[in-house]
Amino acid sequence: MIQISKRGELGRGRALAVRAAGLVLGVLLCALVTLLATGKNPLELFAAMVRGSFGTPRKTWLFLQNTAILLMISLAVTPAFKMRCWNLGAEGQVLAGAMATTACMKLLAPSIPNALVILCMLITSVVCGAVWAGVPAIFKARFNTNETLFTLMMNYVAMQIVSFFCVKWENPKGSCQIGIVNQSSRIGWLPEIGNRYLLPILVVILLTVFMFFYLNSTKHGFELTVVGESERTARYVGIKVGRVVIRTMLLSGAICGLTGFLLVGGIHHTVSTTLAGGQGFTAVMVSWLAKFNPAVMGIFSGLLVFLSAGATEVATSVGLNQSFGDMLTGILIFCIIGSEFFINYRLSFHKKNKEVEHHV
Amino acid sequence: MFDFISFIPRAVMQGIPLMLGCTGETLTEKSGNLNLGTAGIMYVGGICGVIGAFLYENSGAVMNDFLTVLIPLVSCLVGSALMGLLYCFLTVTLRANQNVTGLALTTFGVGLGNFFGGSLIKLVKTDVPSIVLAKTSLVFSRKLPFADSLGWFGKIFLSYSFLAYVAVLLALLSSYVLNRTRTGLHLRAVGESPNTADAAGINVVRYKYAATCLGSMVSGLGGLYYVMDYASGVWSNNAFGDRGWLAVALVIFTIWRPNVSIFASILFGGLYILNVYLPTGTNLAIKELYKMLPYVVTIIVLVITSMRNKRENQPPASLGLPYFREER
Repeated sequence: MIQISKRGELGRGRALAVRAAGLVLGVLLCALVTLLATGKNPLELFAAMVRGSFGTPRKTWLFLQNTAILLMISLAVTPAFKMRCWNLGAEGQVLAGAMATTACMKLLAPSIPNALVILCMLITSVVCGAVWAGVPAIFKARFNTNETLFTLMMNYVAMQIVSFFCVKWENPKGSCQIGIVNQSSRIGWLPEIGNRYLLPILVVILLTVFMFFYLNSTKHGFELTVVGESERTARYVGIKVGRVVIRTMLLSGAICGLTGFLLVGGIHHTVSTTLAGGQGFTAVMVSWLAKFNPAVMGIFSGLLVFLSAGATEVATSVGLNQSFGDMLTGILIFCIIGSEFFINYRLSFHKKNKEVEHHV
Repeated sequence: MFDFISFIPRAVMQGIPLMLGCTGETLTEKSGNLNLGTAGIMYVGGICGVIGAFLYENSGAVMNDFLTVLIPLVSCLVGSALMGLLYCFLTVTLRANQNVTGLALTTFGVGLGNFFGGSLIKLVKTDVPSIVLAKTSLVFSRKLPFADSLGWFGKIFLSYSFLAYVAVLLALLSSYVLNRTRTGLHLRAVGESPNTADAAGINVVRYKYAATCLGSMVSGLGGLYYVMDYASGVWSNNAFGDRGWLAVALVIFTIWRPNVSIFASILFGGLYILNVYLPTGTNLAIKELYKMLPYVVTIIVLVITSMRNKRENQPPASLGLPYFREER
């Protein structure tokens, strides 16, 4: 017989060891799948994966930038999760911010000075992202509407709004794409610091530090933790639960909107429905796996970006489809969430021998 | 004049994958498992069917109709059941978080579908240019023999392939089982309050596993129907789109009732293609806004059911929560 019982606090070192074991298992499984699919030497494959992220200086910068963006979205959803409020709408919130940014760049371009355009972009994107999260939050607070499903649906509303503008403002005609906005005048393009990759990275580093302090040493952070642990306790100690829910979701959406601002203003200078590229969902997993610790989130973001870039490199080199990376990401996450079990629960094996003796 | 006779059959064909997805997800959710992996499962169901059919078509054997249907069907069911099993193993046995597991399942499933869809030809080393399963699709999309001779009636009610009727039957059957049988009562008890169910001697784990795996198989059929009938046996990556999420939305829209899903999914199917039929003039962009309708309608239903707060219209009470017997 196997009996499962809840564990008390597992020491930090041992918990880390269990997680590492899950990670190693995941990596081994990924390696096995890659081996089966490509039939190549595993070491050679690993070298190719490293090349995918660090092969050239440009690839290294791209790796850092992509990690930064994924980390930023993960940071955005974290306060909501810590409050046990499932914000699955990060994708839509990023798109809302990105759309607002693009609209500002396109509509305000020639009439007002560049700095003012950028300021407008910043404000509208943050507001739009916050609104996209705030609407479900208000219904959640007022009527206890299921926020998981509400935010999920808001993704597609945002996506259709973006594709509406993609057709409306298409450039060139018939492409169904907005194209690079203000390519010649560069109005609304964020200034480059050092090179074109560094700005988002710096913003995210600042944000990581901010989030660490916000969650761990402010009154807001404390309140949302209490709400997450037990809503009844929160009510009892006089926390206005509804207000905390709305405030936290607004913050969550605002950071997503800011991500959209960086993606459009600093990186792509255009918007499309695939701008967020599923990272809103990946971020949910990153935040959860890292147990809401901003530093650990950075590590996981890097790992997933590395895995997906590497898998793309391997897949293209042997002529296979690039979705290979998504498959590997899935496998790795299964292993890591599976390993959580061994941190929280203890398995004890009882020998059946005694019973057998009785029967004899 | 709005052309209903050509609109309705197309709406139904759009609706069938949603109906299967919704019925499957409802079964799953009734056991308390909020499986957000449905989108991925439907992809896996589709691609497994494609792989089965592709290998059979290219095996060089003389094809007979029975095997042409059976092979993709069985591989689809096995593939989606495995996905359900994986979800259950992680969430029920290992008690992982349902939302995270579901999202990972979607990432994995969609990745798997696109990977094999894009690489199958390369992997089995054949020289066909693209995956076109014309012969299989011909058998799958065979219509009732007397559909054409009955005018508009035949067109609206009889012009579909067998999987479409299977979908309707499955929805009715699920509804019957959930509301009228002891098994259904037990399953609902597990979803509403696993503690009580356990105390009453119902095997909670077994019910969760069975409902989720069966639900996944039904959802997977939606993917199969899409490829083999709607898309005429042509697999193109990401063509299935976000229908899986729409199926999840539909579960809310139908307030967890599979029999309602028959009409609701056809309605959603209609909303999905409405943009083709409505006059837009020169303003093509408006079409994109029409496509928003199914999601907006779902949001409205979600809000209204939570505002009215009627007890029979609520989600299963333990939806999304893990169950651990010793934690009462």
